[in-house]
Amino acid sequence: MTDTLIQAPKALILTGFGINCEEEMAAAYRLAGGEATIVHLNEVLHGRVSIHDFDILNFPGGFSFGDDLGSGVVLANKLRYRQTGADGRTLLADIREFVAAGKFVLGICNGFQVLVKLGLLPNLGGDFQPEVTLTHNASGRYEDRWVRLRVNPGTKVPTPFLSDLTFFDVPVRHGEGRLVVPDSATRERISALGLNCLSYADGDDQETGTYPLNPNGADLNCAGLTDPTGHIFGLMPHPEAYLAGCNHPDWGLKKRRGELKEEGEGLAIFKNIVTHLTRRTQEVSAPATHA
Amino acid sequence: MTKVNLETNQHSILLSLQPGRHDGDGQRVAADATRHLGLATGQVRSAALYAVRYPGLTEKQLADFAAACLQDPVLHTVAIDQVAAPEGFKSYILVAKGPGVTDDEGTSAQNALGDFLNEPIDTRTQHIFSKRLYFVENDLPAADLRRLAEELLGNKLINRFEVGAVAEGIRDFTPRPGGGADARTETVALGGLSDEQLLQLSKDNVYALNLPEMQAIRDYFGQDSVREQRQGLGLPADPTDCEMEILAQTWSEHCKHKEFSAVIKYKNHETGAEEEIDGLFKTFIKGATAEVDRQLRANGNDWLIKVFSDNAGAVRINPESLFVWKVETHNSPSAIDPYGGAITGILGNNRDPLATGIGGARLLFNTNVLCFGNPDYDGELLTGQLHPRRIFEGVRKGIEDGGNKSGVPTVNGAIVFDDRYRGKPLVYCGTGAVMPMQLAGKDSWEKVILPGDRIIMAGGRVGKDGIHGATFSSIELDEAAPATAVQIGSPITQKLAMDFLLLATRRGLIRCSTDNGAGGLSSSIGELATISGGAIVELEKVPLKYPGLRPWEIFLSESQERFTLAVEPNKLDELLALGREMEVELTDIGFFTGEGSLDVKFDNQPIAGLSLEFLHDGVPRKTLLAEYVKPEAQEPVLPAELDYSDALLKLLGSLNICSRESVIRQYDHEVKGRTIVKPLMGATGQAPQDAAVVRFNFESWEGVAVSNGILPRLGDLDAYHMSAGSFDEAVRQIISVGGKLPNLTPGDGNFWSVNDNFCVPDSVYDPTTNPDGKQKLAKLVQMCQALRDACAAYCIPLTSGKDSMKNDFKADGVKISVPPTVLYSMTAKVEDVRQVVTSDFKQADDVIYLLGETHDELGGSEFYQLYNELGANVPKVDFAKAKELYTLVGTANDQQLIQSSHDLSDGGLAVALAECTFGREGLGARIELAESGLSPVAQLFSESHSRFVVTVAPEDVTAFESILKERATRLGVVTNDGQLRVQHGGHELLNAATHALRTAWTNGPVNQTIGLEASEIAKS
Repeated sequence: MTDTLIQAPKALILTGFGINCEEEMAAAYRLAGGEATIVHLNEVLHGRVSIHDFDILNFPGGFSFGDDLGSGVVLANKLRYRQTGADGRTLLADIREFVAAGKFVLGICNGFQVLVKLGLLPNLGGDFQPEVTLTHNASGRYEDRWVRLRVNPGTKVPTPFLSDLTFFDVPVRHGEGRLVVPDSATRERISALGLNCLSYADGDDQETGTYPLNPNGADLNCAGLTDPTGHIFGLMPHPEAYLAGCNHPDWGLKKRRGELKEEGEGLAIFKNIVTHLTRRTQEVSAPATHA
Repeated sequence: MTKVNLETNQHSILLSLQPGRHDGDGQRVAADATRHLGLATGQVRSAALYAVRYPGLTEKQLADFAAACLQDPVLHTVAIDQVAAPEGFKSYILVAKGPGVTDDEGTSAQNALGDFLNEPIDTRTQHIFSKRLYFVENDLPAADLRRLAEELLGNKLINRFEVGAVAEGIRDFTPRPGGGADARTETVALGGLSDEQLLQLSKDNVYALNLPEMQAIRDYFGQDSVREQRQGLGLPADPTDCEMEILAQTWSEHCKHKEFSAVIKYKNHETGAEEEIDGLFKTFIKGATAEVDRQLRANGNDWLIKVFSDNAGAVRINPESLFVWKVETHNSPSAIDPYGGAITGILGNNRDPLATGIGGARLLFNTNVLCFGNPDYDGELLTGQLHPRRIFEGVRKGIEDGGNKSGVPTVNGAIVFDDRYRGKPLVYCGTGAVMPMQLAGKDSWEKVILPGDRIIMAGGRVGKDGIHGATFSSIELDEAAPATAVQIGSPITQKLAMDFLLLATRRGLIRCSTDNGAGGLSSSIGELATISGGAIVELEKVPLKYPGLRPWEIFLSESQERFTLAVEPNKLDELLALGREMEVELTDIGFFTGEGSLDVKFDNQPIAGLSLEFLHDGVPRKTLLAEYVKPEAQEPVLPAELDYSDALLKLLGSLNICSRESVIRQYDHEVKGRTIVKPLMGATGQAPQDAAVVRFNFESWEGVAVSNGILPRLGDLDAYHMSAGSFDEAVRQIISVGGKLPNLTPGDGNFWSVNDNFCVPDSVYDPTTNPDGKQKLAKLVQMCQALRDACAAYCIPLTSGKDSMKNDFKADGVKISVPPTVLYSMTAKVEDVRQVVTSDFKQADDVIYLLGETHDELGGSEFYQLYNELGANVPKVDFAKAKELYTLVGTANDQQLIQSSHDLSDGGLAVALAECTFGREGLGARIELAESGLSPVAQLFSESHSRFVVTVAPEDVTAFESILKERATRLGVVTNDGQLRVQHGGHELLNAATHALRTAWTNGPVNQTIGLEASEIAKS
């Protein structure tokens, strides 16, 4: 931290019920200079931990509830319907307030699926209703492979998670990552706002629909979405799995050439949001309000 | 349109894809039906069907629930209480689960219903049942539909299928709960039974006990003192069914390793040697590790913490943490239900490190080694035998779900093909984990239990699944395999239990834990009871999946995802509260005692009372016969003219060498973000690696290298050298990535931890049923001798292992036996993962060396396989020379002089060179073979052990050569012309485009079988 008086941004990382990427996500925030707390989902649902005590709410990857009804579906239902207290509140209502207070939500892989099924992304209508879906890869199979991502320069309200990023490599590890946009009108609105903030890219850094560079056949060749405020961001690939340079499948060549960096490219996303929040705190020198 | 489920309180919800939505599942089924079964289905449409039996649910609630929780509005249409086929589809297949079969999807739907209604739902009753429905365009006869169902969509041991013509109405099936509780315990009369009757009794009940064992039990219960004691306890004089089952399980080969403990009379007709071996385990395995430990400690290396005495072995990483490592097999279950066998193999093996010592290790990685018959096998199948391709695909899917859904990366593995594995496949599952040295102030690796501690069952509930797994896997498999021996895995249930165990152990709430695997509660409590000196189990408290289980079935069931915990009474409340919070079911089912016996009650009635001494030490020791006759073998005469390029292409496309990418990519090999060397690397992601490397955490760069050595075909020539070579293969893979041998310097703390896993055919001689049993056992003796010699030579300790002794499949009067097989699964500490070495060539002008010596050792080689020859000259390991070389390689790596390193194995130097170019387009190599006395064939294709191909940067050549000296032979340089050229004596032996080599490798039979996407194959 640049200033010991300023508290590091606090990331809440949900776990439990089949979520399984919480440790590397916590490590990502710590390496980025943030403070990370891993909390079992029931602690939040039972009202013992409040999301409002944190700056970034994180839904990690995994197979929440076994993904038996479709990826992320059961968890999304829980957030939408399960009442967390006697007053009939749901966690979705809390998340709505959380975002309205200028805070941030990140979902990776299964977490991204949860955000989409919950209607937090893309949220064109502003009413948290599901507008698109993520479903089985065109290949019909789960795959672990590395892809190259392109950051959409045309995003109208760029999400701070992607500040200063143009291209980066990351692994995908999913069976249900194909974005399906139900109609052309929705597709056009997403494109017009640039909510499709991440695309799968080819060797010439152009977005691509060619398998396996685009590993799932997603509409708009889209790997990640943001909402119109830029505060909610989700992606299928795993930046938290590329925290060290030597996570990359071709790190051997980089080392041979003396170009191997200690940090992986995936860490940038976490550094970006931590930096953004730290800077905002410094500027306002008060608890975060509307950005 | 068919109206279904007219029963009261039962409704159906059908989710179909909207027109125009991609139906990957349906397309896959249609394609596989054509490809594997030759059935023309036309289009296939898939749909999800749920049966809901929840009392009091209104029609509106049901419809709202379906729309809000089950339907994806973008993809699905939903139909309530009506099941209609899409227009133009003439046949259907319904795939339901049999009664009592784990239904995770139904459970999830039930969970969602609870959230939707905002009410707690009684999870003890299954209210929602999930099914798949397939509509087939063509009008197929019922027999074809059934074949499609049984071959591609499910397994008749666990699924129920309904098939037929849509026009005749769609039949549904929903399991009904079983009948009332069945508290009966019967006695088994043994007194006065003849030998034949005893044996028949054993066979009829799947006890898998032989005559001396049955006699020992009969005689024990015949003793006056035992009778008196039993009378006092209110038990009948004869054993109860529960007691017989406990004894059969505890004394099973699976649990007691009777053949590895037997006295063996060994004769070697080749050398004339004769000796009596006082148990293979004691002599060779424990003996070797004891000697290694002595050498280690003498040199200040005291990292060997726990060997052979718990669910997994443990070694010290650093003062704070332990590395826990276990490899198991799950062969028999995988033979009859490949998916279920593999997934429960993974999850079961995960429970071993999880429940070592106090418990609560964090799982770090999985590794799997699989042995199958040729997936293109086109011979006859015996009754009950599954096609090798089906076994392969089912096992692969089981590993995918078992690893991926648990969040444990599958970091590497191997697949070996040999048609002798077509009866029983071998499925080796390995798991590495990290545990703190101290948990809540206690030594984490110790298992302590005091009388009075409660016995807590944690995790899943008990059903009839997996009854007799321990005894069943201890006998040959035949066509009458019991359906109940199949176990169904639920990764999500285990994940919840795992998360719970992690927290509970760190809070000091658990005295110790063990897993419920083979033998269920009988095994776990029976073993834990030896710590305190006894246990009393109150069986009626055990929560069941459904009623109808007999008490002995409850005690023996191998229902998955369960742990047995020993808990101090004053910690119980806090533990139970944590269980409720994390939604893990915990049940207090009794307590530990110091009374010296295992007592089981049901509703306060005693149903078993066995002295621990008899239970654990009463089994009679076997004496077995082993005689070795060296098999005849000669070197083949090969064609005089050889097209080396063509031979290399054929080798790269051969079953045992070709790419496994289609399998590897479906395993998550990097969840947890710690995998540094993955199975495939380089810019192409297609360069195969030697050992995986995984870092332990994000705070340090320490890590572990993981390798597997397995060379069954060499055993056809010489079992000793097969075993020695397999051991060396695993060692050199770790050396290749930059690991260092242990104990080279005092107190270096460089741990190694090895699991040995023997899988052999029935090796007990019987003149009629197993006439070559003595030769098979002799081979096992030699494999063990090699293991001892290898451990001592490298100073590498075994920490745990397993033996599977009956890998035969018998049906229709035919026996298919696996070749004697041993797998060495090795792990070694890596000081700094950033310093490890990958196998692929990095850039042009780097200098290529061969390290180690090549001999005329083509016996058992893949090259000879091309000619259907075995040969005679088996590769032999020179341990002293190998150790010297590995030490020098370590020195070179200390100075970061090696840019790439690939160990030589299947296909020898030629295949290794080709593979080294696979990491990036356009790389090649120019090689000049030495003009030594050795033929070019031997130089290129011999599979001599302890060798590497390495590259060195031009500026490091002098430094490198000064270390390796004559152990390194300069071969040539890396080029960027995309050609692999090999010269010998001024002639060009081989000249092939590396792209074409990689294509041959990628388009090999494995990727064809598992079906790598066409575009991907074209790309490469």
